[in-house]
This record gives sequence, C-alpha cells and structure tokens, in this order.
Amino acid sequence: MTIEAKDFTASELLCVMSARALEDGQVVFAGVGIPLLAATLAQRLHAPGVTILFEGGTIGPHVVPGQLPPTTNEQRCTRKANMLVSITEVLLLLQRGYVDVGFMGGAQIDQYGNLNSSFIGSADDPSVRLPGTGGGNDISSLTRMIVAMPQEKRRFVENVDFITSPGYVRGGTSRRDSGLIAGGMYRVVTDLAILGFDEETGRMRVEALHPGVTPEQAQENTGFELIIDASVSTTEPPTEEELAALRHLDPDKVYTA
Amino acid sequence: MRARGTLAGGRMEKNVTQDYLSLREQTQARDRSLRDKVMTLEEACGFVNDGEHVSLGGSTASRTPFAMVWALIRARKKNLSFSRSIVSTEGDLIFASGIGNHILTSWFSQGIVWGVSRVMRHFTENRLARFEEWSHMSIGLRYRAGAMGVPFMPMRSMMGSDVAAQLDNLEEMTCPFTGEKILLVPALNPDVALIHVQRCDPYGNAQLDGLTFMDIDMAMAANRVIITTERIISNDQIRRRPDRTRIPFFTVDAVVEAPYGCAPHECFGVYEPLFSHMDYYAELTRKEPMEGVKAYLDEYFYAPENWTEYLNLIGLDKLLDAARRGRSIYDD
Repeated sequence: MTIEAKDFTASELLCVMSARALEDGQVVFAGVGIPLLAATLAQRLHAPGVTILFEGGTIGPHVVPGQLPPTTNEQRCTRKANMLVSITEVLLLLQRGYVDVGFMGGAQIDQYGNLNSSFIGSADDPSVRLPGTGGGNDISSLTRMIVAMPQEKRRFVENVDFITSPGYVRGGTSRRDSGLIAGGMYRVVTDLAILGFDEETGRMRVEALHPGVTPEQAQENTGFELIIDASVSTTEPPTEEELAALRHLDPDKVYTA
Repeated sequence: MRARGTLAGGRMEKNVTQDYLSLREQTQARDRSLRDKVMTLEEACGFVNDGEHVSLGGSTASRTPFAMVWALIRARKKNLSFSRSIVSTEGDLIFASGIGNHILTSWFSQGIVWGVSRVMRHFTENRLARFEEWSHMSIGLRYRAGAMGVPFMPMRSMMGSDVAAQLDNLEEMTCPFTGEKILLVPALNPDVALIHVQRCDPYGNAQLDGLTFMDIDMAMAANRVIITTERIISNDQIRRRPDRTRIPFFTVDAVVEAPYGCAPHECFGVYEPLFSHMDYYAELTRKEPMEGVKAYLDEYFYAPENWTEYLNLIGLDKLLDAARRGRSIYDD
C-alpha cells in the first residue's frame, strides 16, 4: 500500500520526481547533486537495473547511503562499480550512443532548454563568472537530456546569457543545423512541474503539474511564456516509501537541504 | 568562433599545439634509458621553466598533484599556464600566488557543495587572470591527440554552443566520408605534466589505482613528466605486476616521494578528501577572498620548512581520519 507523504522539502520533491523520470534498464549519465541522488534513489525503488555513469570514469556504481560524493570524481563514486575508465572514455560512450539519458542540474535555463553555467551577464564583462560546463556541454550535445532544477523566474529566462550546454539552441531546426544531429532536451523536472519541449518549435511546455500547483503558479515562476494545455495532468505526490529511501541515502541533507 | 590568434582581452594565445617534427625531435633528445630519477620536490621544480604550459593530473578533489603545485608556488615560478580536466582549490592558489594567470579547464571551483569559488571570481571578473573554458571531452581529446602524435581530433559536441563561440582555435569541417558537420580540436602537448600516483619505482614506472582521469594521455602527450608518489617501490615489485603500470618510465623525468601528496584532496584507496580542511578554506575565502587566500598561502605554503611540516599544520587527526575513510574502499 502506498501512503502519501505530507511533509517534504522542495528539493526532496524535486529528487523524487526526477527519480521517477528514469526507467529500469536505462544507462544514465548522472551529474553531481540531485541527479546523482535521484539516479541512486531510482535504483533503490522502481529501477534496480539502472546503470549509472559518472564523468569521473565510473560505470555502474552503487553509491553508499550517507556517503554521497562531493563531486563525481572521488572514490565514493566508484563503490560497487562494474568498471573504471578514463574521463575521455566514459564521455565517448555518450558519443558512441550507449547512453539513454543524460541527467543534470542547472543554474539557468531558457525557453529552448539551453543551459547556462558559465557567465551571468556578458562573457566579455560578466557580473558573475560561474564554474563552467564540466561535462554538461558534452552530455547535452550527445544524448537525450533530463534536467532537474528549482523553478524560479531568475533561473527560467527567455534566452540564457550564454549557451554552455545546448538545448534546441534558437528553436526549430537550429540544433540539428549547428551539427548536433543526435540527442536533445527531453524533460525538465522542477519543484512545480514536469516540463517537456514542443517537437517543432523546440519551446518548453508543461507536461504535468505537481499536486496543488496551478498553471498560473508555474507561469509566474517562469521568465517566458510556457505552453500549457488546458487538460494538463497532475503528478502523484511523493510516497512515504520514496521519502524514507531518499532520507536514508542523504541523512545529512548534503543535496536535499 | 573568434578570429584566430586574439583573445577576449586582446592577448595572444601561446600555441600549445606543437609542430610534429619539433615534438619528435624533443622526444628523441630525451634520455629514455632506465635510470634512477628520484629527487626532492625542490629539485623537481627545475623541470618547470617560467612561461611554460603545465598540465595537472587528477580531477577536482581527486589525485591533485598538490605537493608539486605547492613546491612551484614556493619556488615563485612565473607566467606559467595550466590545464586540467576540472580545477579545484589549486586553481585559486595558482592565481593568488601569481605563478600563473591562465588556466584551461572545463570547470573551476573547489567543488559543487562549496559553491562558486570567490577567488576564481575575483581574478576572472576583474580580468586579472583567464579561465579558458573548454568542454570536458574536448580537453580529453586534445591530450589524446597530443599522445597520438596527430594534430587534432574530430568530435561531435560543443557545436551550437557559446563555449565553442568563445574559442579561437577550433575548426568545423564537413566530413569527407559522410558529409556531416564535425568539430576539430587541436592537440595539446604540455611542456610538463604533474601527476600524483599511489606507487612508482625509481625509474618512473607508475602504477595508478582507481580512476585514471586524463592522466595516461597527459603523460604520453607531455614533453616532460614529474611523478609524485605516495611511496617509491622497487623495480622488482613493478615487474611482478607490469599490467598495473599505466605510465612507462621513459616518459618520466622526475620521481618524488610525497606521502599525502594530494592533501587536502584525495588519493584513491589511500585517503579521502580532508573535508573539514576544505570547509575551512571555503569559509576563509568566502567574505574576503583575497585576504583569505593570501593568509592561507602564508600559513600553509610559504611558512612551512618542508612538506612534512605542511602536513603537520593540516593536522594528524585530519590525516588519520581521511586515511581511515580512504582505505575503507577495500572493505566491501
């Protein structure tokens, strides 16, 4: 029997909803933070056969509860893994086509699913220099992407200041025309909704709203016009089982504070 | 893509893609015999000349060649440029100490749980130093091309992004076989690579445990390699398990025994990161980045007599805790 959970934080909701987006048997290239945690959560719930790849060079690890790695490059990322390879080799698996889902967090996203983790303001004279792409550019260029991030107006902007990790670039066929002939943005999971992309225009649309969230709320927290169908569905709330498994994994709230 | 040869700040980029025949000539001129190369950190600094390009092994807080970076800072090297897959605290210290003002990498901050580096922000936002951003895979393929002795590698990412638009040494081409658009990234042959390993013999046969990051390609691409190692083992030991040797002796110029040589970062199977020390550094540089990092350099880099004293300053309790966690990888 599933019991609906009552108390949870926005990041716990984000984590549970992201975990649900993964299917059993998939090969998932996970970034640090919520993606790492959500992929591990999926392994412990509905998708025990998810194979995780970390950009440090790990194939098929099972992260130990309470010992979450600070980045995807430390030995904690390698626990119970099947194989360790170089960074270049693990990234080349994306290019070769072995990966079902690239799974990342995001600092800033736009209507076409482009992500910015490099500069706030202009690249020549930024107001903030952010840490940069890491593997983000390669992952989003080479496979189908799921992004997990909180939905806020300052993070969901019409056009990002800098395309670090490409989504549908400038919409339409611009992604393909630029040379990125495979992959693309698939889902953006937020604390308010599950978002997808219109096949033709490449613009963001609402696939489902989380329980208690109105279409107006989703729009108010977005800096551009979202495509929202009148008949948009609602997600199932997190269950006690999902939250218990999540809290077991991250008891110190490293990623779910 | 930018016009060739100029950068955002109008500076000329040092061309790190070396002419093939000069690369070979330099390699042929190296003493590639099986000979003892054991020396001190200070002596190994002699293999790094001012103005050169230095590549750092490891990634983020793992197998960072901290002892060698520490020694270069103490030796007050000048005008070095650096590259690494992902740069953590050592990047802050390179900028703040003044040994280099140009770092090529894909990501630069201590680690995501500590937020954006305030020191990196200070230097880049005030145009005091350059953080040249490439995609993670492109850096790997640049070292690989360097290791292979070819001038470039083709790849399928970065196109369509502003990461590529910012760079001046990329080319798009139409594949002569398929007609597809493809990106070419130039070989990177560092003047020197600094790599920390778990075990190495006096000749430079280096054995790595765990994640190898980009280190093998980097060692093969570089014109000089300095290995720091947790311990020096005999050549007989190496010959018992030659399948574990990942870097061959003839690529290596110097071997330095530096126990806890990655501290405060991790060395796979030996110690995990010294988290509390990294928390301390992040706190110290949060409000007053420059004051904080200068104080840190004074206390931990310039003041100690030697590497052992540096480790003493970090603290035995922290080292033992990190070692306990590090070895636990073999408990499963």
